[in-house]
Amino acid sequence: MAKMTVARAMVEVLKSEGVEIIFGIPGAAIYPFYDALYSSDIKHVLVRTEQAAVHEASGYARTTGKVGVCVATSGPGATNLITGIATAYMDSVPIVAITGQVNSSLIGKDVFQEVDITGATAPFTKHNYLVKDPKKIVRILKEAFYIASTGRRGPVLIDVPIDVQMQEIEFEIPKEIDIPGYKPKEKGHPLQIKRAVEAIESSKRPVVCSGGGVIASGASQELQILIEKQKIPVISTLMGIGSIPTDHPYYLGMIGSHGQKEANLALRQADLLIVIGARLADRALGDTKITDNMKIIHIDIDPAEIGKNVDTNVPIVGDAKQVLSEINKRISERKDFWAHEIKAQKKVLPDDDKLHPYDVLREISRAYNGDYIITTDVGQHQIWAAHNLYIKEPGTFITSGGLGTMGYGVPAAIGAKFGRPDKEVIAITGDGSFQMLLQELATIKREQVPIKVVLFNNTRLGMVYELQKKRCTGRFIATCLDGNPDFMILAKAYGIESMRLESKEKLKEAIEIMKSHKGPFLLEVVTSPDEPTIP
Amino acid sequence: MKYTLSVLVENHPGVLSRVAGLFSRRGFNIDSLAVGVTEDPTISRMTIVVNGDDYIVEQVTKQLNKLIDVIKIKKLNPKEAVERELALIKVNANSQTRSDIIQITEIFRANIVDVSKETLTIEISGDEDKIEALIELLKQYGIREVVRTGLIAIERGNKVISKSKSEEDE
Repeated sequence: MAKMTVARAMVEVLKSEGVEIIFGIPGAAIYPFYDALYSSDIKHVLVRTEQAAVHEASGYARTTGKVGVCVATSGPGATNLITGIATAYMDSVPIVAITGQVNSSLIGKDVFQEVDITGATAPFTKHNYLVKDPKKIVRILKEAFYIASTGRRGPVLIDVPIDVQMQEIEFEIPKEIDIPGYKPKEKGHPLQIKRAVEAIESSKRPVVCSGGGVIASGASQELQILIEKQKIPVISTLMGIGSIPTDHPYYLGMIGSHGQKEANLALRQADLLIVIGARLADRALGDTKITDNMKIIHIDIDPAEIGKNVDTNVPIVGDAKQVLSEINKRISERKDFWAHEIKAQKKVLPDDDKLHPYDVLREISRAYNGDYIITTDVGQHQIWAAHNLYIKEPGTFITSGGLGTMGYGVPAAIGAKFGRPDKEVIAITGDGSFQMLLQELATIKREQVPIKVVLFNNTRLGMVYELQKKRCTGRFIATCLDGNPDFMILAKAYGIESMRLESKEKLKEAIEIMKSHKGPFLLEVVTSPDEPTIP
Repeated sequence: MKYTLSVLVENHPGVLSRVAGLFSRRGFNIDSLAVGVTEDPTISRMTIVVNGDDYIVEQVTKQLNKLIDVIKIKKLNPKEAVERELALIKVNANSQTRSDIIQITEIFRANIVDVSKETLTIEISGDEDKIEALIELLKQYGIREVVRTGLIAIERGNKVISKSKSEEDE
């Protein structure tokens, strides 16, 4: 046992958890921690607003499978994390967020930069802690990593008062973590697995709906074995894109209100829906009503998801990878693929001399052949990306699915590039989303992060503009982004190479220039405001 | 339909607000919530009376189970549990009505815990119906104040709710 300050102990625990990188901004209430960080090997990435720190940690976590770590000071530093934490919570991303807090003797007195961040984040953290007893810091941090990275993953916040950070403790890492109220169940119930096998074998038109849980659990291979044995068409949620390759012969696309027709059609015709790691919320189901004629098998690691949005005939609580491999051991082979006709209906997109977003995305897919990590922001471009990009491997399509947080894309790409420096990372964004966190261009420059940003600029908040066009008979309000900067000059100001693409003739050349450029690059694609989300 | 849930939680500050917050945020209605420490000082027990259908109770249970501080939840069957609530009732009393009130109190096996010139304060424990019945009878004299603890409940016989989280509860 060694004596050390709490701040130092925090850094030691981070090291013992294998943390290599932290995203954050320092401040007065977190300076002892930063001081302890100074003499460690952990890399710190200085962001330009705290929200970006969480998104970057999220991009890092989603590409590495490790826990992403972000740090902020008390008060506004902590509240700036909130959107990022809620985003991670909705998409089950493992994050440990550390915040400084005012002196513990001043808590509750509304002193400078004080805010009740554990109270504020309780609804959208998996768990959070306000550390009052310095002796508990090591155990709490260990628990935080354990909780964030097991079961249904999610963000955990630890709020540490500045006086606590400075106290001396005896440092000892506990051998095991035992939390009486937290025992995630990974193995599916054998009886339910048997029932699932029977239901699949006796179904005529089974469909798998694959969600983010398949990717989180690393169950893609098991999923492919199942669907190939039983010849089951696969549809996915936005979060589930990439759980099987998008060019797989049984993949029909994304479902929902912004989904692909073939996928929704298959969902409507199914007599058995196998939901894996998805919650089937409103956007995923769209207009589709689940009828009594459809049986449902629901596999999820979070028991609370089962039966919440849709009634389930066969509930299986467990880790998708484990449950699917159990099912695969028992399942027979089926002869015919029932959804040939649906699959054959693939929509033909207009091929004219105009430059459409899907042309750009398809050219990117072709040029890179899926050897990239894609992050997206939120809006029309997100759906364009979801429908048109070739996604080859699980975990290479990173988007804010649940919360729909504009501003997510670029910081997530930064985090992803730190996680997987060997991969090309491309952020697909729009002019509305991009400007929500565009100060991260400075982080890209400072840290020399060689990511590519493809910016679809239609000078609109496109998704809402389109909604107003359809639902408000063209009464457009607050959706035109007049006053946008010249993004070429903006990129130049940050010292980032850029290019503007306006015509179809230049498309191949532009993607080639972007691809061959070594450093960070911004490609602005001038887009018509009347380009629909779904052509 | 009313359901009684017995919930073992870690005896930490902030647990109550987490549980209460979960109810309001998910749109569940609590009829009453009583909390106190158990035989193990590190654990508190909450008795929560929820109003809703089977779907609501299932959701409440599952969502509560997701809270890290929640150790165990059990839905109590009213037939196999003893349910009690404590109430303090301050009622108007003068020389003409005092003896009537005392008589009613005795019939209900309740206690007079405070007397003044103009009031009597009655302590009663029992199930909800008994307390409601007494309050109803005392209304004619004019009730000044009622304080109720909310229901607490314990299973009959040998059964106990143990600390270990077993699978059938999930």
